[in-house]
Amino acid sequence: MSLRRSKTDTQYDVIVVGSGAGGGMAAYQLSVQGLKVLVLEAGRDYDPVTETPMFQTPKDAPLRGGGNADKPFGFYDATVDGGWRVPGEPYTNAPGTDFMWWRSRMLGGRTNHWGRISLRMGPYDFKPKSRDGLGADWPLTYEELAPYYDKTESLIGVYGGDDDLENTPRSSPGVLQPPPAPRTYELLAKKACDPMKIPVIPAHRAVLTQRQDANTLPRKLHPGNALAQRVLRQSMLDRQACFYATDCGRGCSIKANFQSTTVLMPPAMATGNVTLICDAMVREVTVDAKGKATGVNYIDKMTRTDHHVSAKVVVLAASACETSRIMLNSRSTLFPNGIANGNGVVGKYLMDTVGAGLSAQIPKLEGLPPINEDGTAGIHMYMPWWLYGEQAKQKMSFARGYHIEFGGGRVMPGPGFMGNLENYTKGAYGRKLKEEARRYYGSFMYFDGRGEMIPNEQSYCELDPEAVDQWGIPVLRFHWKFSEHETQQAAHMHKTFAEIIGAMGGTVQGTVQTDGSRAIARGGQIIHEVGTARMGADPRTSVLNAHGQTWEVPNLFVTDGAMFTSNADKNPTLSILALAWRSCDYLVDELKKGNI
Amino acid sequence: MHRRDALKAMAAAAVVPMLPERAAAIPASSAATSREPLPLFDPPKLKGPRGTPSDPDLLRAKANWPMQLSARELVTLSALCDMIFPADAKSPAASAVGAPAFINEWASRPGGESSLVRVRGGLVWIDREATTRFGKRFHLVTNGQRTAICDDICYLPNAKPQFKFGAQFFDTVRDQTATAFYTTPAGWKDIGYIGNVAMLKFDGPSAAIRKQIGVE
Repeated sequence: MSLRRSKTDTQYDVIVVGSGAGGGMAAYQLSVQGLKVLVLEAGRDYDPVTETPMFQTPKDAPLRGGGNADKPFGFYDATVDGGWRVPGEPYTNAPGTDFMWWRSRMLGGRTNHWGRISLRMGPYDFKPKSRDGLGADWPLTYEELAPYYDKTESLIGVYGGDDDLENTPRSSPGVLQPPPAPRTYELLAKKACDPMKIPVIPAHRAVLTQRQDANTLPRKLHPGNALAQRVLRQSMLDRQACFYATDCGRGCSIKANFQSTTVLMPPAMATGNVTLICDAMVREVTVDAKGKATGVNYIDKMTRTDHHVSAKVVVLAASACETSRIMLNSRSTLFPNGIANGNGVVGKYLMDTVGAGLSAQIPKLEGLPPINEDGTAGIHMYMPWWLYGEQAKQKMSFARGYHIEFGGGRVMPGPGFMGNLENYTKGAYGRKLKEEARRYYGSFMYFDGRGEMIPNEQSYCELDPEAVDQWGIPVLRFHWKFSEHETQQAAHMHKTFAEIIGAMGGTVQGTVQTDGSRAIARGGQIIHEVGTARMGADPRTSVLNAHGQTWEVPNLFVTDGAMFTSNADKNPTLSILALAWRSCDYLVDELKKGNI
Repeated sequence: MHRRDALKAMAAAAVVPMLPERAAAIPASSAATSREPLPLFDPPKLKGPRGTPSDPDLLRAKANWPMQLSARELVTLSALCDMIFPADAKSPAASAVGAPAFINEWASRPGGESSLVRVRGGLVWIDREATTRFGKRFHLVTNGQRTAICDDICYLPNAKPQFKFGAQFFDTVRDQTATAFYTTPAGWKDIGYIGNVAMLKFDGPSAAIRKQIGVE
C-alpha cells in the first residue's frame, strides 16, 4: 500500500474511489472546498514528471517500442498494468459477445493515456430521445452544463477554435487556448472537404499552447476561495506550454497536457486536505441500518488484506464498468442486488463509441521537403458531424452522427514503418527501395470515424456468477450488441472516407466496406465505454439524478463515465470532468445544508 | 514515520481493531473480512515502475530475453539486410546500423516462435538456394548472383510457386529491416524526419510547401 498524506487525518468527509478524470476532479474540487478527502486508487503511485520517456526514441526501446498484449499502445505508452487485459484481473464475455474492457491501474487512471480530444456535447446530445425518439434524455441541458465546460476548459487548458456549428458549441470568449497551425495534410484535407460541405475546423485538445494565466484564472475559477486560488496558482505555474515534441500518450513531464496526475492531483494534495492510498482495490461500499453509505472495503494489494475506511460521503469514480462492478458487489440485506440498484439498472446501457477507419496514400504529399510535423502530437484539425439536417429530415439510414479524426504525414518512424511499401513498388529492394521510401514518406494518412452509439437493452455488464479475480472479487461478465444505427453509421464512415480520399487525389488502402458490421470496431475497442449507472429524471429507470447522486443512497455519488445517459460522438473525458465538477458543487452544498 | 514506530503502530492496530458500525445491514460477503484500521508503515517499493511486463522501466529499457540466432545465421542475415538496404550516397547499409541484431531481437522475443521459425527457415533456405545455384552460401556469392535470387522472391504476388516461401521470408526481413533502419538517426536523416525536438512555436508548412500542394 502506498500512502501519501498532505496531513494526517483519520476522519474523512468524503472517500473518492479512483483518481482519473472523475476521481481526480472530485479530489480537487472537494479538497479545495475544505473537505477532508481520502482517495483510493487501485493502481500504483505514478509520477509523470520523473517517469515519462519524453524524448526517448524507438531505437532505445525493446522491439523499437512496438506494442504487445502487456503494452497495447507501444512500449512508451504511459499505461501501467493496463490495456484490454490486466494481470490477475480477468473479465468474462457472455456467449456471442466479444467486448474488450480497457483498464489501467495507476494514479490518474486513464487520463495518463488518451488522445486529449476534448469536444463538448451539444444541445442535441443532452436530449437525444426528444429529438429522434431513441435512447434516453439526460436530466440536464447543455445550458446547465455549459458554465462547467467553460470552467473545466480554463482549469485544464484546452486549445481550439471559435467555430460555432450546429450542435458543436463554441466556448465562451477567452476560455480556449489558441489552436496550433494546421499541418500540410490537414490543409490538404480541408481543401478537399470544403466543396463536399464537410467542415474541417480546429480540434479541441487538452494541451497548453501557451502557459496558463496563473494570476487571473484561479480568481475567476474559485472566487472568494483563497485556498483554491493558492493551490491552483501554484499548479498553473508548474505547467509549461507544449514544445511540439513527443507523444502525449506517453504522459507529459512538463505538464503541458491534461492528465489527472499533473493537473488535478498536485493541487488537491497541496490543499492539505487529501490522503491518498494507492494499490487499494475497492470491492464494496458499506451501509448502515438506514441504508446510508458508511465507507468502503478495499484490498491492500501489497499485503492482500482487507480494510475498511469510513466517511460521510462516498464518491465512485473507478471508471464506468469498475464503478458498476463495485456497486453490484455491494450487496446487503437492504440492497440484495447491489447498492442503489433496486431497479436493476446498474450495469445496464453500456455504450462505447462507434469506430471505423481507413488508410490512404496521397500522391500530392509525396516528395515534399522535410518539415517537422510533430506539432502537439495529436490532431490539430477535425471534422465535426455535418449532417444533422439530413438526419432531422430522416434521410439517413442511421440516427446519430460521428466526427472524423485524421492524421498521417511525416510521423516519427517506428515499428512497421514502410512495412507496406512493397504493395506500391512491386517489391522494390536495394537502392530503389530507399528512393521509393524517400518519395512515399509523408504521403500516408488515416481517417477514423468516432460516432454515437445508442444505448440498448442487449449491451450491459453484470457479475459473473462464478469467476473472481486475484483479489477474490467477483468479476464482470459483458453482453454486447450493436444495432443497425451503429453498423450503418460505420458503413457511412467508410463511404465518406473513400470520398474524401478520392477528392484528395489519393487511393484507399484496404477495403471500403459497404457492410458496416465488417467495418465497425469491437465493443470497448475505442475505449470510450460509458453508461452502466446512468443519470435520469426518473428514479425507476435511472441510477443517478442530474447531480450524480444515487437515487437510493443520498450520500453515494458517481462522477465517472458510468453516469452517462447517452454517448454522443464527442469523446467523453471533457464531459466527465465538467459533470464531476458540477456534482461536487452540489455535494458540498448538500453537506453544508445537512441533507446528506 | 520510522520503521520502529511503524511496527508499533501495526502492533497496536492488531490488538485494537476499530470496527466500523455495520448494524443491521450486513453485506452478503462480509464473513471473512478483517477490520483493521489503516496500517501505518513504510511500505516496500512504492515509487516508480515495478519491472513487470506491464510496468517496465521506460527510461532504462532493454530487451531482456536470450537471442536465438547464431553467428553463422547472422552472417547470412546481414548479407540479405544489405541487399535490401545497401549503402548509397545518402545513408549507410542496414548492417551498419544494427539491423541484423534487431531482427535477432525481434525473432527471439517471447511469444515470437512463428517469427523465429520463418527467419531461421528462411536463412537455411536462402543459403541452400545460393549453394544450389552458385556453389556457395548466400553471403559468399557475387552481388549479381544475390540479386538473381532476390529478384525471384522480392514480391510475393509475382513469386513462382517454388519461391512462395522464399518470398514470404524476404517480405518479413524487408519489413523488419525497414523498421530497424528507419528508427536509427541515420534512417531519420535519410527519410527526412526532423522532429522530436523542442520548439517554441509550431508554424505549419512553409509558403513553398503550401504552393506545391495547392493550398495557398
